[in-house]
Amino acid sequence: MTERLAFLYPEIVLFVATCVVMVLGLSKSLRARKSSAVVAGLSVLVAGFLAVVSTPRASGDASCPLSGVVFSHAMTPEMGQVLLPELAPYAKAVIALVGALLLLPLAGTVDRSDEAKIASGRAGFDPLRSNRAEFYAFYLFSLTGLMLCASADDLIWLFLALELTSLPTYIMVAISTSRNRSREAGVKYFFLGALGAAVFLYGFALVYGGTGTTNLNAIAHSISTGGLNTITLLGMVVSILGLCFKIAAAPMHFYTPDVYEGAAPQVSGFLAFVPKTAGFIAILLLCAAVGWGYSHAESGVGSLLHAVSADPLVQGTGKRLPYLLWLMIWVIAALTMTIGNVLALLQRSVKRMLAYSSIAHSGYMLVGVLAGPGDSASTSGVSAVLFYLLAYGVMNAGTFAVLAALERGTDAEGERIEVETLDDLRGLCASHPLLGWTMVVCSLSLLGLPPLLGFFGKLPLFTSGIAAGQITLVVVLGLNSAIAAFYYLRLAFTPLLESRDEGTPAPVLAPFRSRAAGAVIAAVGVLVLSAVGGWAMGHAFDAAKVSGAAAVTAEGH
Amino acid sequence: MLLMAAILIPLVSAVLIALAPEARAKTIALLGTLTQLVVACYAATVFDWSFSSRAQLGMSLAWFEGLGVNLSLGADGVSMVLILLTGLLGPVCVLASSTAITTRVRTYYAWLVVLQAAMAGVFAARDVILFYICFEFTLIPMFILISLWGSTNRRRAAIKFFLFTFTGSVVALAGLVYVTWFNATLDRASVPAVILSQHELLGTWTFDVSTLITAGQLMSAGEQAWVLLALMAGFAVKVPLFPVHTWLPLAHTEAPTAGSVILAGVLLKLGTYAIYRFALPMVPEAVATYAPHLSMLCVVGIIYGGLICWVQTDVKKLVAYSSVAHLGFCMLGMFALNNTGITGSILYMVNHGLSTGALFLLIGMIYERYHTRDMNQLGGLAAKMPVWATFMVFFTMASVGLPGLNGFVSEFLCLLGAFQASSSWGSGAWGSDIEPVAAATPGALGPWFAMIAGTGMIIAAMYLLYMVGKVVWGPLKTPHGHSAGHAEHSGHGASHGSGGHGTEDEHAHGLPTDLSGREIATLVPLAVLCVVLGVYPKPLMQAVQGSVDQTVAVVRTPLRSQGATPAPARHAPQPTNPAKTHGEGAQ
Repeated sequence: MTERLAFLYPEIVLFVATCVVMVLGLSKSLRARKSSAVVAGLSVLVAGFLAVVSTPRASGDASCPLSGVVFSHAMTPEMGQVLLPELAPYAKAVIALVGALLLLPLAGTVDRSDEAKIASGRAGFDPLRSNRAEFYAFYLFSLTGLMLCASADDLIWLFLALELTSLPTYIMVAISTSRNRSREAGVKYFFLGALGAAVFLYGFALVYGGTGTTNLNAIAHSISTGGLNTITLLGMVVSILGLCFKIAAAPMHFYTPDVYEGAAPQVSGFLAFVPKTAGFIAILLLCAAVGWGYSHAESGVGSLLHAVSADPLVQGTGKRLPYLLWLMIWVIAALTMTIGNVLALLQRSVKRMLAYSSIAHSGYMLVGVLAGPGDSASTSGVSAVLFYLLAYGVMNAGTFAVLAALERGTDAEGERIEVETLDDLRGLCASHPLLGWTMVVCSLSLLGLPPLLGFFGKLPLFTSGIAAGQITLVVVLGLNSAIAAFYYLRLAFTPLLESRDEGTPAPVLAPFRSRAAGAVIAAVGVLVLSAVGGWAMGHAFDAAKVSGAAAVTAEGH
Repeated sequence: MLLMAAILIPLVSAVLIALAPEARAKTIALLGTLTQLVVACYAATVFDWSFSSRAQLGMSLAWFEGLGVNLSLGADGVSMVLILLTGLLGPVCVLASSTAITTRVRTYYAWLVVLQAAMAGVFAARDVILFYICFEFTLIPMFILISLWGSTNRRRAAIKFFLFTFTGSVVALAGLVYVTWFNATLDRASVPAVILSQHELLGTWTFDVSTLITAGQLMSAGEQAWVLLALMAGFAVKVPLFPVHTWLPLAHTEAPTAGSVILAGVLLKLGTYAIYRFALPMVPEAVATYAPHLSMLCVVGIIYGGLICWVQTDVKKLVAYSSVAHLGFCMLGMFALNNTGITGSILYMVNHGLSTGALFLLIGMIYERYHTRDMNQLGGLAAKMPVWATFMVFFTMASVGLPGLNGFVSEFLCLLGAFQASSSWGSGAWGSDIEPVAAATPGALGPWFAMIAGTGMIIAAMYLLYMVGKVVWGPLKTPHGHSAGHAEHSGHGASHGSGGHGTEDEHAHGLPTDLSGREIATLVPLAVLCVVLGVYPKPLMQAVQGSVDQTVAVVRTPLRSQGATPAPARHAPQPTNPAKTHGEGAQ
């Protein structure tokens, strides 16, 4: 039991910090209130550090890469899931780093007008009206849920963790601005989120029905020994369909543009990373439980459907997900990236454009899910997905932070007027060089332009896809990158090349330095990871190791 | 290290330009590009030309170990020649921009030198991914150059240029990655020991160029065809070959002068170079099979491009379309797949860069003075600008292919190569002293291809001479109608009728009526090289000979026919071993 607790140190730290933040935010002293953000940020970083140094490793004697301390908690199936035994430390470290980056632009999201009134003496401090603490607490709760996803070894745990990730975000969206459209977005997000949760909970129930257990190790064992029965397969299909809501993949993507547009940009940036990561971790765990070892020649489900896999270049790579699951993810991946990119072309609102781009990126990552494990970073799709989550998290945080750091004045109620359309970004490189260049770097990186980070994120998806024989899908991925070029170029070059129309005022910097700092740090992160990302990719590959048990599962079929 | 320096020096100067005051930008850019040229020249002296088929001056640094991506550089004869061309055009472009570019000077020069770095990187890369990175990264500077300093339709031109090239090269990347994967799954036991001893990395996950070239040859004919299709999707757009050329005239026309010069001079050569470096040796059987089809596209491009040129009234557009036709010749020579043709093709890359680059410079000079490129508004400029007219006629002749100038040599070799590349009639009977054509010569080009393409030369002569006749000779005509009216006589010498011309047409830039010393300085080195390469092309031919011989040998006798096993067995992919990656030819 104590060993099992070692998995949860990061989450415990986050939970304790949540309580502290809640109390701090109610203090009369401005300094104490302000410190709640600092506590939140530090606790996230500490949690990430603890995840790296204290999580038991399957190898048993892994030493901490930072301190060199050797931890000898060997991991056993009783302690946690052994399907992706090394997943938790890497995933939690990424969550902590990107999470901390996403915290910076959150400054002043919900309490700005209140604090302004207090500062000007128009109102006294009223704990009932103060919602800063709640906001940071929701942020921490969501990250706690996300980290719990990474250590889940049970379907019920996984479900609760997924919900803990999402529930706070519904409220964060609704309160992120005082405009009605935020509340509308929150409600929309909540109802569709509940639908998604219902779908994957139904799927989990079917898996339980098919295997008689909710424990992921036991499910994998049951599938490897007793075969994959129809109910379990159906359960997996339904679960992953439900999880498509979390990752904003077609056909569960419809909420994305509306919600991202309604929420404040810093919260949209949060949405683009946190639920998506939770969804991908859950999908990887489920797929690992099923295994990537099925040969499609034997399944023979429908000749029409087989046309997709009758790729002239596919040669004897029979190791795939079960046919139905494979087919569904294949179609979802192709649809998701195409819908995301094509619809992004039509947008004038930057947030909607980034929302569709977020959909498209989920499609790219699903290619890695299909490709499955491999024995090097270049052939392992799982490793590609894990690295892409880091890459996407950083570059995406940059673009949203730029939007958060800018505003076009405030309206009568003191609510900030956001930077909405591309036209508002014109000439940004001249008026705010750092923010402008951040936009340029992050957009080009999202486009996947070499030699930026996004390219090195996409390259392993490419290589692993080809190594898994998914050549058609990889070509679809490539063509989609080209479609994406059209709108990312606009996003990158409107700040740099276009000049502002006469008479329209330049956007001004929001009075929160940490927002601009978050943007610039993200841009620097993109550049640094472009140069030394091989190191992170090595860790992603370590985290993507599929255990022997799952490999046996795979061989069983 | 020298190659690394040739890439890093422009990058460093770009940073310096960004930090320096506006007034210094040009000087730094000039110094940076000159240093790059000096380094390239020094590298050429260190280079051992007697082994020009071998990648030399190599170095390698790990970049993304997990993926097997390395920063590995090296140059063979062809790369070296093209790096020299890149280095030469750098300072020329900087000099050519000094009066044309007056806004956002720092941004302009910074991106111009970044472009120089990326182009040098393409030619020096010995890692497929590094090659791809540089290949793609040329798009950004060029996009910015066109969309900020181009003429009226610039934004559309820039977007079209970017999307065409980017789309194609993503597919090319898929092809290259497929070969990489094929190599990773190759069973070393099925590969002949001789080959294994030369390429230690066969059967492992690596992006090393020479290993992948060898591995590609082991692919089955079907796979080779698919990979060729993918590669051509990327590289043919860049060249550009006939059906995918539509971005080029637009980009050329809208780009600022220096942009057009670089576009014609080097950027198009990235495509031809990539086809030479990758398509030919990597998938030789497919190239041999489909050479006639591809050559057909070249021939169509030659004729079609030429005919379009004929009806142009915009001088710059005319030269832009002539590039389509010229690159058709270049690729026709390449797909002849014999020594003559490929040598001619590589010479063509250099020569086209020199002569067409110079033509764009000359047109830019006119545009700066008269703000028009319309042939109907310009005429008889020989009277006012004798020096300009001299250069114009000279470079037009070089472009047409006047014997004695560089264009002739390469065009002749390309056509001769295409003519000889036939296994049916004509082989042996024609030019047997140049190269006997083996019966096994793959591809079925032949006299017909050469003859039809040859008419392209005639068309080229027609449209270029027509252009020169209108713009240089004839009655003096400038957009400032009043000055043209005075020139009653058609003779070029007689139009000095009104003495006021000289002062009247001077512009705010302070440009003299005829060329300034700076402008002459940009043209003279190109002109000298045109003459030298036209009269004595032998050194250049020898410089690339080793590399070409090797490629021809690969195409003639594919590896698969040498090995005992027709289709090498496959096994599970090997994990990447970063320790084993090394720079090919590192010395």
